[in-house]
Amino acid sequence: MNYIDHHAHMVSRTTDDYQQLALTGCVAVTEPAFWAGWDRSCGDSVEDYFRQLTEFEPKRAAQFGIQHYTWLAMNPKESDDRALSREVLERIPRFLDRPTVLGIGEIGMNRITRNEVATFTEQVELALEYKQLILIHTPHLEDKLKGTRVSIEVLQRYPRLDPSRVMIDHAEEHTIESILDHGYWTGLTLYPQTKVSAQRAVDMIEKYGPDRICVAGACDWGPSDPIAVPRFVLEMRRRKLPADLIHRVVFENPVSFLGQSGKFRIGPVVQDAVGVSR
Amino acid sequence: MTTQSPLSAKELTDEYFIENRNRLLEIAAFLDRLDRADPGRASRDFRFRAFADALAVLAGGSPGYVMQIQMLLSDPTLDPIPALDRKSAQGAYEGAQEARS
Repeated sequence: MNYIDHHAHMVSRTTDDYQQLALTGCVAVTEPAFWAGWDRSCGDSVEDYFRQLTEFEPKRAAQFGIQHYTWLAMNPKESDDRALSREVLERIPRFLDRPTVLGIGEIGMNRITRNEVATFTEQVELALEYKQLILIHTPHLEDKLKGTRVSIEVLQRYPRLDPSRVMIDHAEEHTIESILDHGYWTGLTLYPQTKVSAQRAVDMIEKYGPDRICVAGACDWGPSDPIAVPRFVLEMRRRKLPADLIHRVVFENPVSFLGQSGKFRIGPVVQDAVGVSR
Repeated sequence: MTTQSPLSAKELTDEYFIENRNRLLEIAAFLDRLDRADPGRASRDFRFRAFADALAVLAGGSPGYVMQIQMLLSDPTLDPIPALDRKSAQGAYEGAQEARS
Protein backbone atom coordinates (compact mmCIF):
# COMPACT_ATOMS: atom_id res chain seq x y z
CA MET A 1 0.00 0.00 0.00
CA ASN A 2 1.34 3.44 -0.93
CA TYR A 3 1.81 5.77 2.02
CA ILE A 4 3.21 9.15 3.03
CA ASP A 5 5.22 9.69 6.21
CA HIS A 6 4.65 13.34 7.14
CA HIS A 7 7.32 13.35 9.86
CA ALA A 8 10.70 11.74 9.19
CA HIS A 9 14.09 13.18 10.15
CA MET A 10 15.92 11.65 7.23
CA VAL A 11 19.15 13.61 7.69
CA SER A 12 19.74 11.24 10.62
CA ARG A 13 19.05 8.10 8.66
CA THR A 14 21.06 5.93 6.31
CA THR A 15 20.46 5.40 2.62
CA ASP A 16 19.34 1.87 3.53
CA ASP A 17 16.42 3.44 5.35
CA TYR A 18 15.32 5.21 2.17
CA GLN A 19 15.45 1.83 0.50
CA GLN A 20 13.27 0.30 3.24
CA LEU A 21 10.80 3.16 2.88
CA ALA A 22 10.62 2.66 -0.89
CA LEU A 23 10.28 -1.12 -0.59
CA THR A 24 7.34 -0.73 1.80
CA GLY A 25 5.39 1.69 -0.43
CA CYS A 26 6.46 5.12 0.80
CA VAL A 27 6.04 7.70 -1.96
CA ALA A 28 6.78 10.90 -0.03
CA VAL A 29 8.24 12.06 3.25
CA THR A 30 8.17 15.46 4.87
CA GLU A 31 11.02 16.40 7.17
CA PRO A 32 10.55 19.00 9.92
CA ALA A 33 13.57 20.97 11.09
CA PHE A 34 14.61 19.60 14.47
CA TRP A 35 17.22 19.31 17.19
CA ALA A 36 20.41 17.51 16.24
CA GLY A 37 20.81 16.02 19.73
CA TRP A 38 23.24 18.79 20.65
CA ASP A 39 22.87 22.56 20.60
CA ARG A 40 24.07 24.51 17.58
CA SER A 41 26.43 27.39 18.12
CA CYS A 42 25.01 29.99 15.72
CA GLY A 43 22.48 30.83 13.02
CA ASP A 44 24.94 29.96 10.26
CA SER A 45 25.04 26.39 11.51
CA VAL A 46 21.25 26.18 11.28
CA GLU A 47 21.35 27.80 7.83
CA ASP A 48 23.64 25.02 6.60
CA TYR A 49 21.11 22.54 8.00
CA PHE A 50 18.33 24.29 6.05
CA ARG A 51 20.46 23.93 2.91
CA GLN A 52 20.86 20.25 3.64
CA LEU A 53 17.08 19.92 4.02
CA THR A 54 16.23 21.81 0.85
CA GLU A 55 19.12 20.91 -1.48
CA PHE A 56 20.73 17.61 -0.54
CA GLU A 57 18.02 15.50 1.06
CA PRO A 58 15.49 15.73 -1.84
CA LYS A 59 18.16 14.33 -4.18
CA ARG A 60 18.97 11.47 -1.81
CA ALA A 61 15.28 10.57 -1.55
CA ALA A 62 14.74 10.84 -5.30
CA GLN A 63 17.24 8.04 -5.87
CA PHE A 64 14.57 5.74 -4.44
CA GLY A 65 11.57 7.35 -6.11
CA ILE A 66 10.57 9.12 -2.90
CA GLN A 67 9.58 12.78 -2.89
CA HIS A 68 11.16 14.73 -0.07
CA TYR A 69 9.59 17.89 1.36
CA THR A 70 10.60 19.91 4.37
CA TRP A 71 9.50 22.33 7.08
CA LEU A 72 11.74 25.07 8.46
CA ALA A 73 11.82 26.41 12.00
CA MET A 74 13.69 27.08 15.16
CA ASN A 75 13.19 23.68 16.77
CA PRO A 76 11.56 23.41 20.23
CA LYS A 77 14.59 21.93 22.00
CA GLU A 78 16.73 24.98 21.22
CA SER A 79 13.95 27.56 21.24
CA ASP A 80 14.67 28.62 24.82
CA ASP A 81 17.82 30.25 23.39
CA ARG A 82 16.35 33.60 22.36
CA ALA A 83 19.52 34.90 20.68
CA LEU A 84 19.86 31.82 18.48
CA SER A 85 16.11 31.86 17.80
CA ARG A 86 16.31 35.43 16.52
CA GLU A 87 19.19 34.50 14.20
CA VAL A 88 17.24 31.53 12.83
CA LEU A 89 13.97 33.41 12.38
CA GLU A 90 15.80 36.08 10.36
CA ARG A 91 17.03 33.39 7.98
CA ILE A 92 13.83 31.38 7.45
CA PRO A 93 12.09 33.78 5.00
CA ARG A 94 14.97 33.45 2.54
CA PHE A 95 14.17 29.73 2.20
CA LEU A 96 10.39 29.82 2.08
CA ASP A 97 10.18 30.13 -1.71
CA ARG A 98 12.18 26.98 -2.27
CA PRO A 99 10.07 24.34 -4.07
CA THR A 100 10.09 21.69 -1.35
CA VAL A 101 9.43 23.92 1.68
CA LEU A 102 5.88 23.27 2.90
CA GLY A 103 5.71 25.57 5.90
CA ILE A 104 6.96 26.45 9.37
CA GLY A 105 7.77 23.47 11.58
CA GLU A 106 8.32 21.79 13.79
CA ILE A 107 7.70 24.62 16.18
CA GLY A 108 6.48 24.23 19.73
CA MET A 109 7.76 23.75 23.20
CA ASN A 110 10.00 21.38 25.09
CA ARG A 111 9.89 22.27 28.80
CA ILE A 112 7.36 25.11 28.35
CA THR A 113 9.58 27.95 29.48
CA ARG A 114 8.72 31.62 29.06
CA ASN A 115 11.40 31.87 26.36
CA GLU A 116 10.00 28.86 24.51
CA VAL A 117 6.53 30.39 24.53
CA ALA A 118 7.96 33.65 23.15
CA THR A 119 9.80 31.88 20.32
CA PHE A 120 6.75 29.76 19.53
CA THR A 121 4.56 32.87 19.35
CA GLU A 122 6.99 34.60 16.98
CA GLN A 123 7.03 31.56 14.71
CA VAL A 124 3.23 31.44 14.58
CA GLU A 125 3.32 35.10 13.55
CA LEU A 126 5.99 34.34 10.94
CA ALA A 127 3.79 31.62 9.46
CA LEU A 128 0.84 34.00 9.33
CA GLU A 129 2.90 36.76 7.72
CA TYR A 130 4.16 34.44 4.98
CA LYS A 131 0.92 32.39 4.69
CA GLN A 132 2.61 29.13 5.59
CA LEU A 133 1.25 25.85 6.92
CA ILE A 134 2.26 25.14 10.52
CA LEU A 135 3.53 21.88 12.01
CA ILE A 136 3.63 21.83 15.81
CA HIS A 137 5.69 19.51 17.99
CA THR A 138 4.16 18.70 21.37
CA PRO A 139 6.54 17.85 24.21
CA HIS A 140 7.42 14.45 25.56
CA LEU A 141 5.93 12.39 28.37
CA GLU A 142 4.79 14.39 31.42
CA ASP A 143 5.18 17.68 29.54
CA LYS A 144 2.89 16.76 26.62
CA LEU A 145 -0.41 17.76 28.22
CA LYS A 146 0.84 21.17 29.34
CA GLY A 147 2.68 21.80 26.06
CA THR A 148 -0.42 20.97 24.04
CA ARG A 149 -2.65 23.18 26.19
CA VAL A 150 -0.27 26.14 26.06
CA SER A 151 0.25 25.75 22.30
CA ILE A 152 -3.51 25.81 21.69
CA GLU A 153 -3.85 28.81 24.00
CA VAL A 154 -1.28 30.73 21.92
CA LEU A 155 -2.87 29.69 18.61
CA GLN A 156 -6.28 30.85 19.82
CA ARG A 157 -4.93 34.40 20.18
CA TYR A 158 -4.88 34.62 16.36
CA PRO A 159 -8.46 34.53 15.01
CA ARG A 160 -7.21 34.84 11.42
CA LEU A 161 -5.28 31.58 11.77
CA ASP A 162 -7.20 28.86 9.94
CA PRO A 163 -7.00 25.75 12.16
CA SER A 164 -7.21 23.48 9.12
CA ARG A 165 -3.75 24.76 8.10
CA VAL A 166 -2.21 23.66 11.39
CA MET A 167 -1.14 20.18 12.45
CA ILE A 168 -0.49 19.59 16.15
CA ASP A 169 1.70 16.53 16.09
CA HIS A 170 2.60 13.71 18.50
CA ALA A 171 -0.91 13.51 19.97
CA GLU A 172 -1.71 10.87 22.55
CA GLU A 173 -4.87 9.72 24.29
CA HIS A 174 -5.01 12.68 26.67
CA THR A 175 -4.43 15.39 24.01
CA ILE A 176 -6.06 14.20 20.78
CA GLU A 177 -9.63 15.18 21.65
CA SER A 178 -8.77 18.77 22.48
CA ILE A 179 -6.70 19.15 19.29
CA LEU A 180 -9.48 17.81 17.08
CA ASP A 181 -12.20 19.76 18.90
CA HIS A 182 -10.35 23.00 18.10
CA GLY A 183 -10.33 22.13 14.39
CA TYR A 184 -6.64 21.34 13.97
CA TRP A 185 -5.12 18.37 12.20
CA THR A 186 -3.19 15.97 14.37
CA GLY A 187 -0.49 13.36 13.97
CA LEU A 188 0.00 10.12 15.86
CA THR A 189 3.68 9.31 16.21
CA LEU A 190 4.58 5.64 16.07
CA TYR A 191 7.61 5.74 18.27
CA PRO A 192 9.02 3.17 20.66
CA GLN A 193 8.51 3.90 24.35
CA THR A 194 7.97 7.65 24.43
CA LYS A 195 5.00 8.20 22.10
CA VAL A 196 2.40 5.71 20.82
CA SER A 197 2.56 2.12 19.65
CA ALA A 198 0.81 1.00 16.47
CA GLN A 199 -1.81 -0.70 18.65
CA ARG A 200 -2.62 2.47 20.59
CA ALA A 201 -2.68 4.49 17.38
CA VAL A 202 -5.25 2.12 15.92
CA ASP A 203 -7.25 2.40 19.15
CA MET A 204 -7.42 6.17 18.64
CA ILE A 205 -8.48 5.77 15.00
CA GLU A 206 -11.24 3.41 16.16
CA LYS A 207 -12.33 5.84 18.87
CA TYR A 208 -12.16 9.15 16.98
CA GLY A 209 -12.46 8.07 13.34
CA PRO A 210 -10.02 9.06 10.58
CA ASP A 211 -10.93 12.75 10.11
CA ARG A 212 -7.89 15.07 10.30
CA ILE A 213 -5.62 12.32 11.67
CA CYS A 214 -2.31 11.25 10.11
CA VAL A 215 0.32 8.81 11.33
CA ALA A 216 4.10 9.05 11.09
CA GLY A 217 7.21 7.27 12.29
CA ALA A 218 9.20 10.38 13.24
CA CYS A 219 12.39 8.41 12.72
CA ASP A 220 15.45 10.36 13.86
CA TRP A 221 18.85 9.83 15.48
CA GLY A 222 17.34 8.03 18.51
CA PRO A 223 15.68 4.63 18.80
CA SER A 224 13.00 4.85 16.10
CA ASP A 225 11.66 2.94 13.13
CA PRO A 226 11.73 4.29 9.56
CA ILE A 227 9.05 1.81 8.52
CA ALA A 228 6.70 2.39 11.44
CA VAL A 229 3.85 3.42 9.11
CA PRO A 230 3.69 0.07 7.27
CA ARG A 231 3.76 -1.65 10.67
CA PHE A 232 0.73 0.50 11.57
CA VAL A 233 -0.92 -0.69 8.34
CA LEU A 234 -0.33 -4.29 9.43
CA GLU A 235 -1.91 -3.54 12.81
CA MET A 236 -4.96 -2.01 11.09
CA ARG A 237 -5.27 -5.20 9.03
CA ARG A 238 -4.86 -7.32 12.18
CA ARG A 239 -7.91 -5.51 13.56
CA LYS A 240 -9.80 -6.36 10.35
CA LEU A 241 -10.27 -2.67 9.54
CA PRO A 242 -11.16 -2.00 5.90
CA ALA A 243 -8.54 -1.19 3.27
CA ASP A 244 -10.21 2.10 2.32
CA LEU A 245 -9.96 3.32 5.92
CA ILE A 246 -6.27 2.39 6.07
CA HIS A 247 -5.60 4.13 2.77
CA ARG A 248 -7.37 7.22 3.98
CA VAL A 249 -5.21 7.50 7.09
CA VAL A 250 -1.81 6.75 5.55
CA PHE A 251 -2.28 8.38 2.14
CA GLU A 252 -5.37 10.51 1.52
CA ASN A 253 -5.21 12.42 4.81
CA PRO A 254 -1.59 13.55 4.43
CA VAL A 255 -2.29 14.50 0.81
CA SER A 256 -5.24 16.62 2.00
CA PHE A 257 -3.29 18.42 4.71
CA LEU A 258 0.03 18.85 2.91
CA GLY A 259 -1.66 19.73 -0.40
CA GLN A 260 -2.81 23.00 1.16
CA SER A 261 0.77 24.26 0.80
CA GLY A 262 0.38 24.49 -2.97
CA LYS A 263 3.78 22.86 -3.39
CA PHE A 264 3.07 19.31 -2.29
CA ARG A 265 2.54 17.04 -5.27
CA ILE A 266 2.58 13.28 -5.59
CA GLY A 267 4.30 11.95 -8.68
CA PRO A 268 2.31 10.99 -11.80
CA VAL A 269 3.15 7.29 -11.42
CA VAL A 270 1.70 7.28 -7.93
CA GLN A 271 -1.31 9.35 -9.04
CA ASP A 272 -2.10 6.72 -11.68
CA ALA A 273 -1.63 3.87 -9.23
CA VAL A 274 -3.93 5.27 -6.56
CA GLY A 275 -6.39 7.14 -8.77
CA VAL A 276 -5.67 10.53 -7.28
CA SER A 277 -5.28 13.68 -9.33
CA ARG A 278 -3.52 16.42 -7.49
CA MET B 1 -17.08 9.79 13.25
CA THR B 2 -16.24 6.79 15.39
CA THR B 3 -15.13 3.54 13.84
CA GLN B 4 -15.96 0.55 16.02
CA SER B 5 -13.45 -2.28 16.10
CA PRO B 6 -14.72 -5.08 13.87
CA LEU B 7 -13.31 -7.60 16.36
CA SER B 8 -15.42 -8.98 19.21
CA ALA B 9 -14.13 -9.14 22.77
CA LYS B 10 -13.48 -12.86 22.29
CA GLU B 11 -11.54 -12.21 19.09
CA LEU B 12 -9.53 -9.40 20.71
CA THR B 13 -8.68 -11.70 23.61
CA ASP B 14 -7.71 -14.54 21.29
CA GLU B 15 -5.49 -12.22 19.26
CA TYR B 16 -3.88 -10.11 21.99
CA PHE B 17 -3.95 -12.06 25.27
CA ILE B 18 -0.53 -13.68 24.99
CA GLU B 19 1.41 -10.51 24.22
CA ASN B 20 -0.33 -8.63 27.03
CA ARG B 21 0.27 -11.49 29.43
CA ASN B 22 3.94 -11.02 28.55
CA ARG B 23 3.71 -7.27 29.25
CA LEU B 24 2.18 -8.02 32.64
CA LEU B 25 5.04 -10.35 33.51
CA GLU B 26 7.57 -7.74 32.35
CA ILE B 27 6.10 -5.25 34.86
CA ALA B 28 6.12 -7.87 37.61
CA ALA B 29 9.76 -8.68 36.86
CA PHE B 30 10.63 -4.97 36.90
CA LEU B 31 9.09 -4.62 40.37
CA ASP B 32 10.94 -7.72 41.63
CA ARG B 33 14.17 -6.30 40.21
CA LEU B 34 13.62 -3.01 42.02
CA ASP B 35 12.86 -4.88 45.25
CA ARG B 36 16.10 -6.77 44.99
CA ALA B 37 17.95 -3.49 44.52
CA ASP B 38 16.11 -1.54 47.22
CA PRO B 39 12.93 -2.73 48.97
CA GLY B 40 12.17 0.79 50.20
CA ARG B 41 12.35 2.51 46.82
CA ALA B 42 8.65 3.38 46.64
CA SER B 43 8.79 6.18 49.16
CA ARG B 44 11.86 7.83 47.64
CA ASP B 45 11.34 8.16 43.90
CA PHE B 46 8.46 10.25 42.54
CA ARG B 47 8.48 8.19 39.33
CA PHE B 48 7.89 5.00 41.22
CA ARG B 49 5.13 6.57 43.30
CA ALA B 50 3.41 7.51 40.03
CA PHE B 51 3.98 3.99 38.73
CA ALA B 52 2.34 2.51 41.81
CA ASP B 53 -0.61 4.88 41.43
CA ALA B 54 -0.95 3.77 37.80
CA LEU B 55 -1.01 0.12 38.83
CA ALA B 56 -3.81 0.97 41.25
CA VAL B 57 -5.77 2.48 38.34
CA LEU B 58 -5.43 -0.80 36.44
CA ALA B 59 -6.62 -2.75 39.47
CA GLY B 60 -9.51 -0.37 40.09
CA GLY B 61 -11.75 -1.69 37.32
CA SER B 62 -12.89 1.75 36.22
CA PRO B 63 -12.93 2.12 32.40
CA GLY B 64 -10.71 4.60 30.58
CA TYR B 65 -7.46 3.18 31.92
CA VAL B 66 -5.14 4.84 29.42
CA MET B 67 -6.64 8.29 29.89
CA GLN B 68 -6.51 7.99 33.68
CA ILE B 69 -2.87 6.95 33.62
CA GLN B 70 -1.88 9.59 31.06
CA MET B 71 -3.41 12.28 33.29
CA LEU B 72 -1.79 10.81 36.39
CA LEU B 73 1.64 11.01 34.76
CA SER B 74 1.16 14.53 33.34
CA ASP B 75 2.05 18.00 34.54
CA PRO B 76 -1.42 19.54 35.07
CA THR B 77 -0.19 23.12 35.42
CA LEU B 78 -0.42 25.83 32.75
CA ASP B 79 2.11 28.49 33.74
CA PRO B 80 5.37 28.49 31.78
CA ILE B 81 8.43 27.92 33.95
CA PRO B 82 10.74 30.95 34.33
CA ALA B 83 13.90 29.30 32.99
CA LEU B 84 15.02 26.11 31.32
CA ASP B 85 15.90 23.52 33.98
CA ARG B 86 16.74 20.51 31.79
CA LYS B 87 16.30 19.31 28.21
CA SER B 88 14.61 15.96 28.77
CA ALA B 89 11.34 14.78 30.26
CA GLN B 90 11.38 12.27 33.10
CA GLY B 91 8.22 10.25 32.47
CA ALA B 92 6.26 11.42 35.51
CA TYR B 93 5.48 14.81 37.02
CA GLU B 94 7.69 15.53 39.99
CA GLY B 95 5.19 17.93 41.57
CA ALA B 96 2.27 15.50 41.30
CA GLN B 97 1.75 15.12 45.03
CA GLU B 98 1.67 18.90 45.60
CA ALA B 99 -0.59 19.39 42.57
CA ARG B 100 -3.12 16.87 43.90
CA SER B 101 -3.11 18.13 47.49
